Amino acid sequence: MASSETVPAAGRRARGLGSFLRSQMRNIAPFLTLIFLSAFFAFASPSFATLDNLGNILTQVSVTGIIAVGLTFVILCAEIDLSIASIANVTGIAVAYFTLQESYVNIANVPLPGAVAILLAILLCALLGLVNALGLTVIGIPSFIMTLAMMQIAAGISALLVRGQIAYKVPDLIATLGSGSIGGIPWIVIVAAVMLLGGHLVLTYTRFGRYVYMVGGNREAAEYSGLNVKLILGAVMVISAVCSGIGGMLGVAHFGSAQQNEFDTYLLDSIAAVVVGGTSLFGGRGGIGNTIVGLFVLGVLNNGLDHVNIDSFLKILIRGLILLAALVINVYAQRLREKAAE
Amino acid sequence: MPEVRSPILELKGITKSFGGVEALRGVDFALYPGEIHGLVGENGAGKSTLMKIIAGVHTEFSGRFLIDGQETHFRSARDAHAAGIAMVHQELSVAPDLTVAENVFLGNQPTNRLGLVQWRRMAREAGEQLARFGIDLDPMSRLGDLPIGLQQLIEIARVLFSGARIVILDEPTSALSPPEVERLFATLRRLREEGTSIVFISHFIEDILRVSDTVTVFRNGRKVAETASAATSKGALIEAMIGRGGEALEHSYTDDLLLPQPSDRAVVLKVDQLSLARSLQDVSFEARAGEVLGIYGFMGCGQQELSRILFGKLKPDGGTLAVGGRPRTFASTAAARRAGVALVPESRRDMLFHQEPVYKNVSISILDRISSLLLKPAHERDIAKRQVDQLQIRPPVVGLDLGMLSGGNQQKVALAKWLTYPPKLLVLCEPTRGMDVGAKNDVINIVRDLRARGLAVIVLSTEPETVLSLADRILVLKRGAVVREFKNELVSKDRLLEAA
Repeated sequence: MASSETVPAAGRRARGLGSFLRSQMRNIAPFLTLIFLSAFFAFASPSFATLDNLGNILTQVSVTGIIAVGLTFVILCAEIDLSIASIANVTGIAVAYFTLQESYVNIANVPLPGAVAILLAILLCALLGLVNALGLTVIGIPSFIMTLAMMQIAAGISALLVRGQIAYKVPDLIATLGSGSIGGIPWIVIVAAVMLLGGHLVLTYTRFGRYVYMVGGNREAAEYSGLNVKLILGAVMVISAVCSGIGGMLGVAHFGSAQQNEFDTYLLDSIAAVVVGGTSLFGGRGGIGNTIVGLFVLGVLNNGLDHVNIDSFLKILIRGLILLAALVINVYAQRLREKAAE
Repeated sequence: MPEVRSPILELKGITKSFGGVEALRGVDFALYPGEIHGLVGENGAGKSTLMKIIAGVHTEFSGRFLIDGQETHFRSARDAHAAGIAMVHQELSVAPDLTVAENVFLGNQPTNRLGLVQWRRMAREAGEQLARFGIDLDPMSRLGDLPIGLQQLIEIARVLFSGARIVILDEPTSALSPPEVERLFATLRRLREEGTSIVFISHFIEDILRVSDTVTVFRNGRKVAETASAATSKGALIEAMIGRGGEALEHSYTDDLLLPQPSDRAVVLKVDQLSLARSLQDVSFEARAGEVLGIYGFMGCGQQELSRILFGKLKPDGGTLAVGGRPRTFASTAAARRAGVALVPESRRDMLFHQEPVYKNVSISILDRISSLLLKPAHERDIAKRQVDQLQIRPPVVGLDLGMLSGGNQQKVALAKWLTYPPKLLVLCEPTRGMDVGAKNDVINIVRDLRARGLAVIVLSTEPETVLSLADRILVLKRGAVVREFKNELVSKDRLLEAA
């Protein structure tokens, strides 16, 4: 048994292109999917492959993109955050709640200066993220259940703030970033791009980013290396909540209104973007680059289905099937890698 | 006509190899009805492999396999079960959240015609079975609430009363207290009277001698002795297990070895009256700078728990810990690391990142020192490169994924990770397990070098050679308590085994 462990392994690298492709499956498959979908829609509809439509797609995925930045951190740690959409919603509502609404809006709002309103909204989402973090690390509730509870809690706070009404006004800065544009480029796309870039830089070039990958890659080993695993897990939960909150505030400005349940579809979309992009559900593999590809796959799919003549109810089913296919590839890619590593 | 006893189970010329390495070489083994057959041998001698063949876990092997004189070939553990063979594995396999009765009847609960479980009947019958075992408790209580020893007895009871004709027990006594061992032995003897055949594997040679009729000794995949228990002694069995003469390729440590004068340098670690549930009882010792302290004991003697407590992964129930003279209670492994303690656990899988390159595995322990915010990959690679050269890690490529390295080289990376730190106290669990001679010697030299640099090193192992080759002072741990300390005196493998 001893000698089976001492086989010199240097030569294994030389197994060639096939082995390389197999180990890179999680990065290649989403990219191929994106190219295939784009080609398909470009062929099926003359209005798809235009510069205007590219702008549409970018704008359409921006809110998802902002939320997905934080979620990427969480999934890289092999955890999940189901409260992202609810936290986005409550943060968006909160920033409107602290802004003076028109007299016909029947909400007992508390008007404050714009900067204070934004600050309070950010504090709120950070606090909710902190509750997630404490539940996960101190009490030891699995993130799936903890954030499921938080999803309900955040929805409850939203309901109490708006009481079934709709608010419209948000601070000027938020209104500009959410619905304005500069030089023809919507601010919301710029914000999403900056946040994605920031997330990428943090994950790739900082010590914290390295720890995120290490904790996700092998939590046991991270603990045996003397890393403060709980602190890192707690931090990613807070990051996720704050990203969701920013997405929520800009989303409210983008949609032009703040109301209950308006972010519900963003939970599935954000998880789908991260996972379709190829970030491993088992943690430690993937990154913002993958999330960007995933966002484009989702954006092209959603947008493209509008360009071809297709039953709008069938769209929902197709999106579900694509997500399933991505999950299959995700799990399969993990298995291929493990085999390659053995 | 004289009565000829015929074996219920007979194996002839069994050979089994794993990836080109022979684990069993032409082993004959026979088991008779109403016999308790003890198996002894060092770790990796082939006992467990043989038992797994009998229990249908390993199905690929060469040699003949006869049950009741009939040639048989099991395709799965299920086949073995159908043939009346049951095995209790070393690790507990119970369902802690189910009731005692459900655990006793796991997989074959009594049901009525509609397929519904007959709870009352199940509770009654479970109670009756356990009473035969001398266990008196409510069969409807939750299993997980019982002490580990009792849980293990219940698991054994389940297998013993499952109607099997052949029962294999792998290290059944390691978690049991002396009265529990007595109960187990009484039950085994009663089952023997009823005609059940029992195979009993244990490191505790006294236990084997007390309960078994026949003892078989394994060494390096061969059966080296088979005698009646009454006709042998602990000393003779140990001698057969470890083998005298030029058979062993490496230094076999069968001769006496003189331990040096104990170090009088600063006390780095002081452990006082440490206890943990059923794993550790009032363990006290010191480790000094420039000294390698060996802690030897059988599997399950509490070594693993002890090492985890030292590194802040487990919290002790009682006792104190002082590192560098300061009393400590580690809230996390991060706190232990900051206090200057480092641990290399027995499983490399638990401490290394197989999907990450070598240099990231090495630098992880010092990342907070070399970079406050931004990573410095070039610096990390330099540090790793120095370690790779110094420890002669092959291949010497710091960018290679760790999973591509051989086991011995991975172990060196595990050490390299802490050498860059470097800690005041290094705790090594099974540092040379599963390594070939060359890699073993490399690790031994690294540890000696660390000692020379003034570190306190603790080596915990279930292999006497590992402890003997490294330690300046040796503690023997038995069922969670320190039973013997060897210092500045003659020690050998025999003496260690004798003490444990």
